[in-house]
Amino acid sequence: MDSATSQITGGFQSNKLVQAWLVLVLAVVFGISLAGVQLVLGPIIEKNKMNETLEKVPELVLGKDLAAKMAGENQVLEITPNHVMVENAGRSKFYSVYEASYQGDRKGWVVKNKGRGYADTIELLVGFSPDFSSITGLFVLDQKETPGLGNKIIFEKWRNQFINAPTDKPLVVVKTGSTRPEEIDAVTGATISSKSVTVLINSVISDLKEPLTAAPNEAGKEDKDNG
Amino acid sequence: MADQPTALERFIQGVLPENPVYRQLLGLCPTLAVTNSLTAAVTMAGAVGFVLLCANVIISLIRNLLKPHLRIVVFTLTIATFVTIADRLLAAYLYQMSKTLGPYIPLIIVNCIIICRCEVVASKQGPVAAASDAIGQSLGFGLALASIAVIREILGTGALFGIRVLPTVWPDWVIMGLPPGAFLTFGILLGVVNWFTDRRKAA
Repeated sequence: MDSATSQITGGFQSNKLVQAWLVLVLAVVFGISLAGVQLVLGPIIEKNKMNETLEKVPELVLGKDLAAKMAGENQVLEITPNHVMVENAGRSKFYSVYEASYQGDRKGWVVKNKGRGYADTIELLVGFSPDFSSITGLFVLDQKETPGLGNKIIFEKWRNQFINAPTDKPLVVVKTGSTRPEEIDAVTGATISSKSVTVLINSVISDLKEPLTAAPNEAGKEDKDNG
Repeated sequence: MADQPTALERFIQGVLPENPVYRQLLGLCPTLAVTNSLTAAVTMAGAVGFVLLCANVIISLIRNLLKPHLRIVVFTLTIATFVTIADRLLAAYLYQMSKTLGPYIPLIIVNCIIICRCEVVASKQGPVAAASDAIGQSLGFGLALASIAVIREILGTGALFGIRVLPTVWPDWVIMGLPPGAFLTFGILLGVVNWFTDRRKAA
């Protein structure tokens, strides 16, 4: 009885597999073509992301007007990308740090950080002055916040509040009417999105301020932060 | 196959008489979600068109090999492949737009228009009819998306294609860019389309 049942199901299953030959063949063919597509397009996509970051560095470090002026005079900032590892509560975290300099003079830093927003991950670029004492710019690389509310964090008007904010005190989000430089007005109806942004910036400051300012000549090189 | 519509009929039907959005009420997720700007709507329609055309032609070519109980698996597999290709292409060549559309490109996989056309046309008719059906349906989908996006973008931001068209005294109706604006616009347009259809039938 048992063996008869298993024979039936066995024959049935193999029969199903035979029936599914088209699905299997298609899966293999499509899989190979997708791998090909990824091989060709993957590097281009990575380059797009990198380009966007590098494009934003001058503006974030120098401010929009000066960056436009420099571009107009064909002066180009040298941008050195680095990875900095920070040990925090037993866990190590990697930051992409871009050091911008012009004719050997350091003009500032841009740090990439990402973390939880209201809807999905928010990815930011934050610009800092050469001595890391104040914020010089903010750009949102990626976000999926609520359209019309939380996604206003991408607008220049809101981001400009961060320019010249000091790094000696953590940034605080207030509902409206910020009076002190470290206070940031929340986007109306999107307090969580606004807070997520300041949390991300605060963690950059607390993690990187010391390592990057500790070694003024060669800061930003890997494992500099550990010693 | 004599009772099946010809390639030309398939094409014409897709644009207006059997418009996927206004007459079949299919593919409403992107219709409501990405129509807050015209550029996004046009790109979405283009991506859906690409996937629909490729999937329809492939399914039509292998239609005699399909087993009835496995056909949906084959449809989904084919659609998912072309959606992934479309998603990668957008990220590589229209990077900003791919960021704007976000998750809605991968979601084309579950767009009912495509699976419906594979089932109704591609699994029964030859590649020419399937291709012209795909183009007709995509045009119809594109027109529907554009009609909603034009209204929403103008009322919501006072601009079209990102260029200001209304005088700056216009108080931008933020709600038009939000989900309620999508439902309102779509509902009203759908009512208008139905009203016209009824009137034409009565006449």
